[in-house]
Amino acid sequence: MTSENILVQVDQLSRFFGPLRALDEISFEVKKGEVLGFLGPNGAGKSTTMRVLSGNLAPSAGRVRICGIDLLDQPKQAKALLGYLPDQPPLYRELTVDEYLRYCARLNRIPAPQRKNALDVAKQRCGLTAVGRRLIGNLSKGYRQRVGIAQAIIHSPAVVILDEPTVGLDPIQIREIRNLISELRDEHSVILSTHILPEVQTVCDRVQIINKGQLVLSDSIAGLQQRMRGESLWLTLRQPPETAALEQVVGEGRVESLGDGHFRIHAEQLEQQAERLVIEAVANGWGLSEIRPERMNLEQIFVDITSSEHGVGAERVVS
Amino acid sequence: MMAFTIAGRELRSLFISPLAWSILAVVQLILAYMFLTQLDLFMALQSRLLGVEGAPGVTEIIAAPLLGNAAVVLLLVVPMLTMRLVSEERRAQTLSLLFSAPLSMSEIVLGKFLGVMGFLLIMVLMIVLMPLSLLVGGSLDLGMLLAGVLGLVLLLASFAALGLFMSTLTEQPTIAAVSSFGVLLLLWIIDWAGGNDASQVSELFAYLSLLRHFESLLKGVFDSADVIYYLLFVTLFLVMSIRRLDADRLQH
Repeated sequence: MTSENILVQVDQLSRFFGPLRALDEISFEVKKGEVLGFLGPNGAGKSTTMRVLSGNLAPSAGRVRICGIDLLDQPKQAKALLGYLPDQPPLYRELTVDEYLRYCARLNRIPAPQRKNALDVAKQRCGLTAVGRRLIGNLSKGYRQRVGIAQAIIHSPAVVILDEPTVGLDPIQIREIRNLISELRDEHSVILSTHILPEVQTVCDRVQIINKGQLVLSDSIAGLQQRMRGESLWLTLRQPPETAALEQVVGEGRVESLGDGHFRIHAEQLEQQAERLVIEAVANGWGLSEIRPERMNLEQIFVDITSSEHGVGAERVVS
Repeated sequence: MMAFTIAGRELRSLFISPLAWSILAVVQLILAYMFLTQLDLFMALQSRLLGVEGAPGVTEIIAAPLLGNAAVVLLLVVPMLTMRLVSEERRAQTLSLLFSAPLSMSEIVLGKFLGVMGFLLIMVLMIVLMPLSLLVGGSLDLGMLLAGVLGLVLLLASFAALGLFMSTLTEQPTIAAVSSFGVLLLLWIIDWAGGNDASQVSELFAYLSLLRHFESLLKGVFDSADVIYYLLFVTLFLVMSIRRLDADRLQH
């Protein structure tokens, strides 16, 4: 990977709020055409990171380079390459969508002849063509969010930073915004913060988990899914046999009887276990009604990663 | 120049809301009434003044008091215009739009300042039209009027710069308004202190007074020291506003 392809370079970034250490020596890179998801519980430092990256907050230590341009030394040049949607979209309610976006186009120094085109493209991409003449204050939250995104992409920046772009939207709007983010990937790098796991899975290429200001995990989506795959099977039988019979099938593993025909099976090599269990269940007429690998949710991953000693790469603790 | 883009939006937002229109209307109404009473006074005095050598003219009797009154009325009004400049944006969290755009802090502050100044210049124009209407039936001392108008504009620029700074300090527009009004009023009357003895302190206070420098311009005396006082005042508060906004991003 050549250095031209690295659009965002964050180096040992720290930020203090008084004695509170909001960010603790975070380093990462974002490549061209990549969608990076920032995951974390509330107060983990997601928004702080976004605000530092967008130049809204000065870091206490460390550097941020956008396309090789230092955000602190040459803020104007670096900010021209950035589009930022804060967690609260920065909208002037008294303006119409067109007026507002035109103002944003001017602020981002789009030359006058190209302004109209930029406006049309941004509106079209965000599905705002029909509401151009309406007052922002009268729009629904979903539309306002879209105006916020349109504002962030109107000058076709190399890097788009979106802070929780789908919060408070209905499922259809969420899907539309996700589609939009996937489209953005073609021309921009996107940094996205969220606490919704499916969002990361659907749109991101890479995920970083941040907790208490520290980067505790940086992994591809496949890697994350690997981590999420738990080490237990959920089994429901209509005519359950004795636990001992199941234990015999499972062999090395451990069977946990939860009553009412529900079992949890802890074992190595879950796929083989599942296969064996299905064969046995059918052969013995146990009335198999459900069998599935148990997945961990984001919360468990957090607990998991943050409770382990070193975080990244540390062995998982099975409960 | 990006500052003009920001100024344009400020001005636009002002005129979209009823605030700008009602302020223009109320100020115009009050000053028109004052203008008419001055005119009445002049009509009554006219015959007596005719024979007196070196008697005050139309400009001195009508225009100068009008501009003086306008300054007092606007002392109350300008804080209401400047209060929302930054504080409202901070509260609505729209400031990040400006912070993440390729703009310097000075452009943002200058833009806000120019936006308000644009509005105040419109207001001054409306006010000056009143004495200028006298040209239909007589003549005015245009030099004196011009000095007075220049004084008013400089004074309003100082009000606006101070109001802008107060607005950068807080999230609450009302707090910004009250504190700018308080500071402006204090600076207006600061020369009352030790008015009789000619000590160094009272000279300093007299120099600091916003009113003193305006009065001499109203009399038609154009002293560059007065103009420089206002320019320094404006620059000081604009620079302080820039510093204050910069501090928003820095260590808390």
